[in-house]
Amino acid sequence: MQPLTETTLKPSSLTLEQVKQLERISRREELGRNWYKFSRNPISVVGLLVVLTVVLLAVFAPYIAPYPAHAGPFTDFANAKKPPSPTYWLGTDQIGRDILSRILFGMRSSLLMGVVVLSLVVPPGVLLGLLAGYYHNTWIDTLIMRVTDIFLAVPPLILALAVASVLEPNLWNSMMAVSLMWWPWYTRLVYGLATALRNEYFVIAAEVTGASTAHILFREIFPNTVSPILTKMSLDIAWVIIIGSMLSFVGLGVQPPEPSLGTMIADGAKYLPDQWWIAVFPALAIVVIVLGFNLLGDGIRDMFASEEA
Amino acid sequence: MTQPILSVQELKKYFVVGHTGLLGKRTPVIVRAVDGVSFEIYPGETLGLVGESGSGKSTVAYTIVGMYKPTAGKIRFMDTEIGANDQRPKELKKAIQIVFQDPGSSLNPRQTIKQILEMPLRVHRKGGNRLEMVLHLLEIVGLPPETMYKYPRMLSGGEKQIVGIARALATEPSLVILDEPTSALDVSVQAKTINLLLQLQRQFNLSYLFITHDLSLMRNVANRVAIMYLGKICEVANTADFFQKPLHPYTQMLLSSIPVVSEEEEALRPKKVLSQGEIPSPVNIPTGCSFHTRCPFAMPHCSKVDPPFVDMGGGHLVRCHLYP
Repeated sequence: MQPLTETTLKPSSLTLEQVKQLERISRREELGRNWYKFSRNPISVVGLLVVLTVVLLAVFAPYIAPYPAHAGPFTDFANAKKPPSPTYWLGTDQIGRDILSRILFGMRSSLLMGVVVLSLVVPPGVLLGLLAGYYHNTWIDTLIMRVTDIFLAVPPLILALAVASVLEPNLWNSMMAVSLMWWPWYTRLVYGLATALRNEYFVIAAEVTGASTAHILFREIFPNTVSPILTKMSLDIAWVIIIGSMLSFVGLGVQPPEPSLGTMIADGAKYLPDQWWIAVFPALAIVVIVLGFNLLGDGIRDMFASEEA
Repeated sequence: MTQPILSVQELKKYFVVGHTGLLGKRTPVIVRAVDGVSFEIYPGETLGLVGESGSGKSTVAYTIVGMYKPTAGKIRFMDTEIGANDQRPKELKKAIQIVFQDPGSSLNPRQTIKQILEMPLRVHRKGGNRLEMVLHLLEIVGLPPETMYKYPRMLSGGEKQIVGIARALATEPSLVILDEPTSALDVSVQAKTINLLLQLQRQFNLSYLFITHDLSLMRNVANRVAIMYLGKICEVANTADFFQKPLHPYTQMLLSSIPVVSEEEEALRPKKVLSQGEIPSPVNIPTGCSFHTRCPFAMPHCSKVDPPFVDMGGGHLVRCHLYP
């Protein structure tokens, strides 16, 4: 009954090529704007560079490390506890292994833990948060949020200790335990955002028009939660790395002889302060990684923050 | 007259906003936002719904569009009864659309204009070239095609509101509810937006329910005007009648408070009825005629009996004890 149908649809004055080009230009402009906002704070660029460097070093550790064999079962008591020198840049540990090589390999398991835990934790956490927030004040909300509270009541480190003492103590079991306790934080975060967003008029417009629940959750609400999620992820990856190192420190994470920053600190602590390099360099590596991710997180937050203004 | 496109009868919408009293003796605190509203909208016409803040005019809009379920009363759209059923059929959602007051909040800040306009197309106009349809929509409302890949924050308030209008049109509605579409805009942009709305109405034979608190706007936009006070309509009339011989004391009060700039306008202005007092809280609606607390002509029985609607001829309805 309305003349707005396809029959009256005039051919647009633009050709498809022109539209495509328009899209390309807009995409590029958007990227440029985001990079500008991110890079306005030089410290976040430093964070990005640190994170990229750490990731590249960890990925290419077997090719970069001066003594890749030292990451495995290897002993060289003749060169044990040697201070930093041109041969061993960061010195050697109590059984003569190159500390630099072991740090590079140790970063691998740290990053792996961070990435695996977050990729296990974020999707379910976010999905439950979206559901509970969108169905605010219904039984769905109550169910999800009460279960979340129960999980939040258990400290992740304690559960990881418990799991490791029941099951075999290794990296995978620890990661599962930490993941199990970590998702509620994302549910909480997204829940808070979604309860506010569901009352925004653009969500109401979608409801009134008859858009599907999936559309409302994932296309209307979710994009508005991405920036806090990304910020939290970059801060959390640092936390997970710290927890992983703690678990390794107490012997429940990575098992020797495989290198891990936590175990290296634990071993080196016995030789402080005389052979300080054994413990200090792995500790510095943790500091650099954590700092890098934190600065990156700040940058991501800034990049999205000015958009809302 | 022809069949109304929308007919609302004794619509009521109450909200429970809290409770008073202790356990066992708890009584709910009820806001009677809409308390028995009836009106019709005919095809192609604009009904202006005017009222102060808190008079319930937006609640009427949201109930018609399906955001709220009515507490009581009937809403008829063409031949179908709506409001009663929980899930509205898709055709109804297609036929009734709404433009919100705040253009800032009505567009998703994380979507491009193209994505925003694709949403209704995706739901109601499956198949067809969506890109062409978006371009066509932009053309209809007079926005350049470059707008498509912009984000709402890059547009001015007026442009955002126009995108909101385009989104409402995308489903090819027959009734569009305009919830104060221009009150958040600059005066210069207001005029442009109003002109666009009027042009679109002619072009696509749309019916508008135009909700506003700006009476002078109604003179140029509405075919008929309904005045709302505390959840009830107190006067409905054709726009000309309405401005020439307002009957209800509240209408007279509102009209005499419009500032005038010329002699002619001064002559048109009804006799001065001083505005007194504030709109009472909808939690505690006065008994009888709810306006009696502010009415300069209040009589003793005004506070006891709620007056019925009286037809003063030509569809000019008024709800006041002064008439007939």
